[in-house]
Amino acid sequence: MSDLLTVDNLTVRIDTSRGPITPVRDVSLRIPRGKMLGLVGESGSGKSVTAMTITRLLPRRNVHVTGGRIEFDGRDLTNLSDRSLRAVRGKEIATIFQEPMTALNPVLTIADQVTEPLRVHLGLSRRQAADRAAELLDMVGIRDTARVLRDYPHQLSGGMRQRVMIAMAMSCEPKLLIADEPTTALDVTTQLQILELVMDLQQKHGTSVLLITHDLGVVAQTCDEVTVMHNGQVQETAPVEQIFEAPQADYTKRLLSFLPSNRERSRTARPAEGPALLEVSDLVKVFPGRRRRGRRTEPVAAVDGVSFSVAPGRTLAIVGESGSGKSTTGRALLRLHEPTSGSVSFDGVDLMALPAEELRAMRARMQIVFQDTYASLDPRWTIERTLAEPLRLHTDLDAAGIRERLAEVMELVGLEAGHLERFPHEFSGGQRQRIGIARALLLNPSLVVCDEPVSALDVSVQAQVLELLKDLQDRLGLAYVFISHDLSVVRLIADEVLVMSRGKVVEHGTVDEVFAAPKHPYTKALLAAVPSPDPRARLDRAQRRELVEAGTKEAVA
Amino acid sequence: MPDLKSRPTTTLSLLLRNRLAVVGLVFIALWTLGALLSGLSPYGATQPGAGALLQGPSWAHPFGTDNFGRDLLTRVLAGGRISLWTGLIAIAISLLIGVPLGAFAGFVRGRAGGLVMRLMDMLLAFPSLVLAMAIAAALGPGMVSAMVAVGIVGIPEFARIVHGQVLSLRERDFVEAGHAIGLPGRSILIRHIVPNALAPILVRATLGMGYAILTAASLSFIGLGAQPPDPEWGVLISDGRGYIISGEWWMTTFPGLAIATSILGFNLLGDGLRDVLDPRLRTSK
Repeated sequence: MSDLLTVDNLTVRIDTSRGPITPVRDVSLRIPRGKMLGLVGESGSGKSVTAMTITRLLPRRNVHVTGGRIEFDGRDLTNLSDRSLRAVRGKEIATIFQEPMTALNPVLTIADQVTEPLRVHLGLSRRQAADRAAELLDMVGIRDTARVLRDYPHQLSGGMRQRVMIAMAMSCEPKLLIADEPTTALDVTTQLQILELVMDLQQKHGTSVLLITHDLGVVAQTCDEVTVMHNGQVQETAPVEQIFEAPQADYTKRLLSFLPSNRERSRTARPAEGPALLEVSDLVKVFPGRRRRGRRTEPVAAVDGVSFSVAPGRTLAIVGESGSGKSTTGRALLRLHEPTSGSVSFDGVDLMALPAEELRAMRARMQIVFQDTYASLDPRWTIERTLAEPLRLHTDLDAAGIRERLAEVMELVGLEAGHLERFPHEFSGGQRQRIGIARALLLNPSLVVCDEPVSALDVSVQAQVLELLKDLQDRLGLAYVFISHDLSVVRLIADEVLVMSRGKVVEHGTVDEVFAAPKHPYTKALLAAVPSPDPRARLDRAQRRELVEAGTKEAVA
Repeated sequence: MPDLKSRPTTTLSLLLRNRLAVVGLVFIALWTLGALLSGLSPYGATQPGAGALLQGPSWAHPFGTDNFGRDLLTRVLAGGRISLWTGLIAIAISLLIGVPLGAFAGFVRGRAGGLVMRLMDMLLAFPSLVLAMAIAAALGPGMVSAMVAVGIVGIPEFARIVHGQVLSLRERDFVEAGHAIGLPGRSILIRHIVPNALAPILVRATLGMGYAILTAASLSFIGLGAQPPDPEWGVLISDGRGYIISGEWWMTTFPGLAIATSILGFNLLGDGLRDVLDPRLRTSK
């Protein structure tokens, strides 16, 4: 049987205000009918541009296909007119995107949006389209279809929105589904359900799927073949088992070596010794309800009675999905968000009782690293000015002394002193995270709260930043509260793990206890839902699905 | 990351690459220069008898003469001095009062903040020209009351912009990062929030200059601002009003063009500034 889609030697040029760039060079890939191809690469590898070029979704004015062919079902898409392309888009090739909130129109109901392609491409009447829309939502596992159809996008959860997107994509029974990072914005348990759904649909309808992702675990669990891209070029194409068991290209090997699950902890988890540095007990943070039509909705307890302690030089990880209250816990314990009740004692001092002045002085010793460092740096200030600020505030160093300390810390986090004159937007994501860490370390803190410090980074950079954090802990004796949704990262760095769901702690133990013998069903679900980068682990799919369903139910109750 | 090294760094050099902003700058520069040089004219701006009455444009009097025989070019250029000053001072009044009010309301929020913004809303609810007329009339006609009136009318606009900016900026991570290193609230407001809110304020102030000139001219036109024989642009149009029908078009046309081109200049410059003030266009050396 011939391939549904073959891309031959595709080269794409984009004219930017700073001159032309070539994000895709000589790329070839093929998708057999009814199969799933994974297109893998780090950010900037050209994987999304390649996919968008297939349906020519990029503006024609400055994006040019300068070479190659895209043959889909016997036609060359590169020289189709806009008009004939529109007939292909949506009907024969459907696309789903990473962030379903931005891909859905916020002012139209779900019914309006799901019926549109049915009426445009299939010429269904209003009534027929409405019936079919309900069927489609049912097919993607939405139970309360009548209500969801009346809803607007913001009334649905992220997972529900992605289901709606898939329903729309499948509405015309396309031959090819292009899924661009479809689960990156979702929690792991939701991710598992969405991927299962895509695979079910693929098998039932014989749809071919092009899955674009940075996550090798997702690829291992879903794809038949894998194409690895780097710097706009294809590095390797092979069946999925071969990629993971006998990678050929150097780049693939490197990529695999960065996987947290392929890396061993450099040291075993250590038990806490001596008195605790940080003691949090019964921490509560309640957000007042929003005002809606004159009435206040119920207040929300984002953090609901959380207690733990952290010893000097140790790492406590707080794990949870979005909305679990993990970030709020991190900020409440530093009193960046004033807690509603509870007590926090830091090095024997009761933080809750400290007057504002003394609390500000105390901040030198407890710092925070943000997830989005770009947002945490004043865009108008050079790095030097930003980093000098805490030193001016808390020390009596003169200009020369500040300069010296900055150079010292920059070296500590692996940056050059020459970088100090630059503005935040002139750094890469990994460099910015190093700057965030540098700022936290300037004042020699004993506690650093790391709020998802590596989630926005590519795996290779992620590995470097984690190494840096570990290394700094060893050298400076820092205690970390490490907040993350990513269990594979937590396994590498934590001594103790706290699992949170809906503001409450559901499990608390050493890293070995929690990973080897999880007790709470929700913890089991989280562990089961992490896509394992081992294609053979697919065999126990049904069992994993069961664990996840049981655990998420438990978490809701 | 693409190579950013060759890009200019200062706001000015970026601005000079923006063609429309340069046109705006040229208009403003011409009127400013004219205002500065108007004293060098062989004719007085206010003394009658520079030439015959009501002469059309000629080499001796490029803009013609008015009903007292005064040289209209001299009067229009001298009027620029009054109009530009009025705009500047009015905007300064709006800024000096509006920006702190908005920043305060946005940073403290709560009741006090709400009260300030509701007051601003009340000011905004009046048609601005009517409000300016009321204030100018209450203060008594004259150039100073026109400046004050236009300045007060502009306050809520700036307060609202700053308020909105501060509300969104205070939720940004870099403000939280400021709290995290123990910076006092006042320093965060002054060092991090206000400078980041400045770009839209500067843009609005530039655009507001044009509007302030227009409003001041309108007040003068109806007799609440500058008084004859002062050659303010609104006064000039008011003087020429009676002569439109009888055919002395130059008496209204040239001051009218002066108002139009100076406002256009500030609008073009403001739009250019908006494009240029994006901090992402900035780079180190």
